[in-house]
Amino acid sequence: MNITLKIWRQKNRDDKGKFVTYKLGDVSAEMTFLEMLDYLNEKLIREGADPVAFDSDCREGICGMCGLYINGRPNGPRKGVTTCQLSMSAFKDGDTITVEPWRAKAFPVIKDLVVDRTSFDKIIQAGGYISVNTGAAPEANAIPVKKENAERAFDAGICIGCGSCVAACTNASAMLFVSAKVSQLALLPQGRVEAKERVRAMVQAMDELGFGNCSNTGACEVECPKEISLSHIARLNREYFTAGIT
Amino acid sequence: MSNIFTSSVGKKFIMSLAGLFLIIFLVLHLSINITLILFKTPETFNKAATFMGNNPVIKIMEVVLFGGILLHMIYGAVLQIQNLLARPVRYKKSNYSQTSFFSKYMLHTAIIITIFLVIHLLDFWIKNKFLGEVHDITYADGKTYHDLGALVIERFQIGWVVIVYVVLLLGLGFHLHHSFQSAFQTLGLNHKTYTPVIKALGVIYSIVVAGGFISIPVVIYFLK
Repeated sequence: MNITLKIWRQKNRDDKGKFVTYKLGDVSAEMTFLEMLDYLNEKLIREGADPVAFDSDCREGICGMCGLYINGRPNGPRKGVTTCQLSMSAFKDGDTITVEPWRAKAFPVIKDLVVDRTSFDKIIQAGGYISVNTGAAPEANAIPVKKENAERAFDAGICIGCGSCVAACTNASAMLFVSAKVSQLALLPQGRVEAKERVRAMVQAMDELGFGNCSNTGACEVECPKEISLSHIARLNREYFTAGIT
Repeated sequence: MSNIFTSSVGKKFIMSLAGLFLIIFLVLHLSINITLILFKTPETFNKAATFMGNNPVIKIMEVVLFGGILLHMIYGAVLQIQNLLARPVRYKKSNYSQTSFFSKYMLHTAIIITIFLVIHLLDFWIKNKFLGEVHDITYADGKTYHDLGALVIERFQIGWVVIVYVVLLLGLGFHLHHSFQSAFQTLGLNHKTYTPVIKALGVIYSIVVAGGFISIPVVIYFLK
């Protein structure tokens, strides 16, 4: 199929940036979105032009590197997929596809479609961990965990930190990400030890990094490639208030 | 608890508590106003309004109410400004996510409600409380009441006033549609079984409250 791409091009952090239109023919419906961009880049390199910079690593929906804002939605039109898992069969011949980087103050553009997501690392560094003593790993089944909690913790734990929630949110809020990380640990006995300090520190880091505030629109939940639930945001709120009053 | 006034989650907590308080206030307000169209004469309404105007507890609550409105507005404005600053460069093509319609327009409906509030307070509250434009009426019990009902009925004889009220009250309904369940979510109350019930209650609440308030000027215009 033939497609028209409107891609955000920006030389570096300080460049103003602009949209550049590319016509691309012979695109197969069996290509992934990133393969289509590879194909475009091969063409650009052959022509001596600067290829489009975009992030990717595992290309199987696990690493969380590849997110792009495609036609007004993070990771394009399909539900529950990362950009690398998006197939070109989601588009049809003659389509115009607008590709933008994640837009948030906390995610500055480095080049073209690549953004700096160090903010997420800083939030994790603020409290998204459990302190353990070194030594031999203890027997895994020594601490009983309620099955329901183990499952909920797992549902939160599958967050890959891709930033789709921030990209989707009209307020560029990181609440779904932070709540997934808080929930994952708050639901397990090993995480309870530092639960209060964790939620306070992570919310504070999130605020200081310039993310917006959650207004419960639910766009993050809809666009999350791992379909993480808004109920984790409610749990973060609960954790935060109980940390404040107890 | 020091972060409750400064952190994002804390500010939203205050906003949702103030919002829930206003949600309860609206039920009380509607239950009194609806008597204007339920009964032939505004007697019940005038008696209730006079009681509300004189009862010391209600007088204190009036101050709390204005405080709640201000708190909700100020925190809403602060959060909104932070939200706008969180995305200095906007998307060229955005907002195609399949989310609830009304949640995207909370700022817009909030502005509509603020406009409504100014008009509404100028229309009735100021006239009744400060301008003395309300006449007294004596009922069968021998007591004298402010005939606020007459002022309301007189005001809603004017077609454009009714239209303005209906349009602006629709904005209130849209705001409430999202806010009811949103407040619970912000307070951390999300449950597999109860959240769908809360969401349904929110929709029913917004339709009943906005519909109820809208019916008052409309019924008065056509029938009184």
